[in-house]
Amino acid sequence: MAEKKFEASLERLETIVAELESGELGLEQSLKLFEEGVKLARICNVRLEEAERKVEILLKDKSGKMTTRPFEEKDEQE
Amino acid sequence: MVKNLTVLSVLCGKINSMQTHILTVTQLTYQIKNLLEGTFPDVWVEGEISNLTVPQSGHAYFTIKDEQSQIKAVLFKSSQRHLKFTLQHGMQVICRGRISVYDPRGEYQIIVEYVEPKGVGALQKAYEELKARLEKEGLFDRDRKKPLPFLPKKIGIITSPTGAAIRDILRVIKRRHPRMAMLIYPVPVQGPDAAPAIVEAIGYFNREKNVDVLIVGRGGGSLEDLWAFNEESVARAIYASRIPVVSAVGHETDFTIADFVADLRAPTPSAAAEMVVESEAHLREAIHSFEFRLAAGMRQTLENLKSTVQHAGRLLADPRKKLEQFSQRVDELLGRLGLGLRHHVRRDRALLTSLTGALDHLNPLAILARGYSVTRSVPGEAIIKSADEVNLGDLVCTTLHRGEFLSRVEKKILP
Repeated sequence: MAEKKFEASLERLETIVAELESGELGLEQSLKLFEEGVKLARICNVRLEEAERKVEILLKDKSGKMTTRPFEEKDEQE
Repeated sequence: MVKNLTVLSVLCGKINSMQTHILTVTQLTYQIKNLLEGTFPDVWVEGEISNLTVPQSGHAYFTIKDEQSQIKAVLFKSSQRHLKFTLQHGMQVICRGRISVYDPRGEYQIIVEYVEPKGVGALQKAYEELKARLEKEGLFDRDRKKPLPFLPKKIGIITSPTGAAIRDILRVIKRRHPRMAMLIYPVPVQGPDAAPAIVEAIGYFNREKNVDVLIVGRGGGSLEDLWAFNEESVARAIYASRIPVVSAVGHETDFTIADFVADLRAPTPSAAAEMVVESEAHLREAIHSFEFRLAAGMRQTLENLKSTVQHAGRLLADPRKKLEQFSQRVDELLGRLGLGLRHHVRRDRALLTSLTGALDHLNPLAILARGYSVTRSVPGEAIIKSADEVNLGDLVCTTLHRGEFLSRVEKKILP
């Protein structure tokens, strides 16, 4: 599932950062992790932006089947 | 009522004994008021509500009655704050209050300060019994609770579409994550239809699998109002849900059965929204901080590697110097080796000459040259060193400095 991917990405990113910060890696390994980390950060950012706010409400039609319809939100003064 | 009659007869006695003293209505009312209010400053009474009216003022006027009697009652607006249910005609209640006389009409009434539905006891008992049973069955077990998704794609909300709960939830989620998708399953949240509808809604989401977390709840209310969330069917539906369920029944202090079974219990619908949606700003901050640390870590790694290389370079320079030293030492050793060799050679040559001389002396041929000879037996060629070794008539061969000759033994002379 996509949200699993987000969480996993964020976790992997954290691991990579910690490893890189340990300063015990060779150049090649560091570059590889750095590249992966940058990619993961981008994936996470994209995931945050990709959704479109949609609030729907379920309704039963005549045959008893559930259909969705946009939910009318009253604008909140906040 | 019987008690009230006694009070009245006492009053009558008082009036008789005063004979000539005639009271005004106000005076009499005042005395009655003192007597009644002094005698019943705090009473509990149980009965059925009837003739309920709530005028503009917000005070509730009603009658409490049983089969034979009734008493007027008033519940002032200020005393209604503690009320967790709505007074209704025909409701059985237990009231606590004080008796008061309303002078303008000469009526006494009970001013109610606390009221609870009489059924509460039974509901409470049912609640405790169900809670104990489900707990024993393991429906509240911690290790059965599912973790909430970190960042849900879509949130399912089971509540009334018109209540305060849905507004609170939508508001909070919008604030924390402006692009979050939600699907509302409208249900009645009180009354007899509530529990079956909630059960059906949980079933729907589990069949469709179109959301990855559920919020089930309503705003606050009385124990009766919240009763759907104490129903066994709702508890079992929540327990059976493969989608994590957050219970959000708006009452901070009391727990419903649904709260115990849910994967997470929120004290209010707003709190549920906060628990389900991590703030987008926080997430962005986290990602940004990782990005920053990533770059810093990489820079640091490069710095480290650079300094390692420089250090290695310095190490490489040293052997060159060492090589010169080695070379010098080799030269020195070679020099000493040469000297030693020449010395050896000289000594060896002298030794060789002397040894050659000695060898010459030992050469048997040299002895023969000085006139000695060697005699051997024939055949056998054993060197004969004693006269015992030959017999008369034996042939012997004698080797001289130059040549050999054969001879026969004629005579032996033993020493």
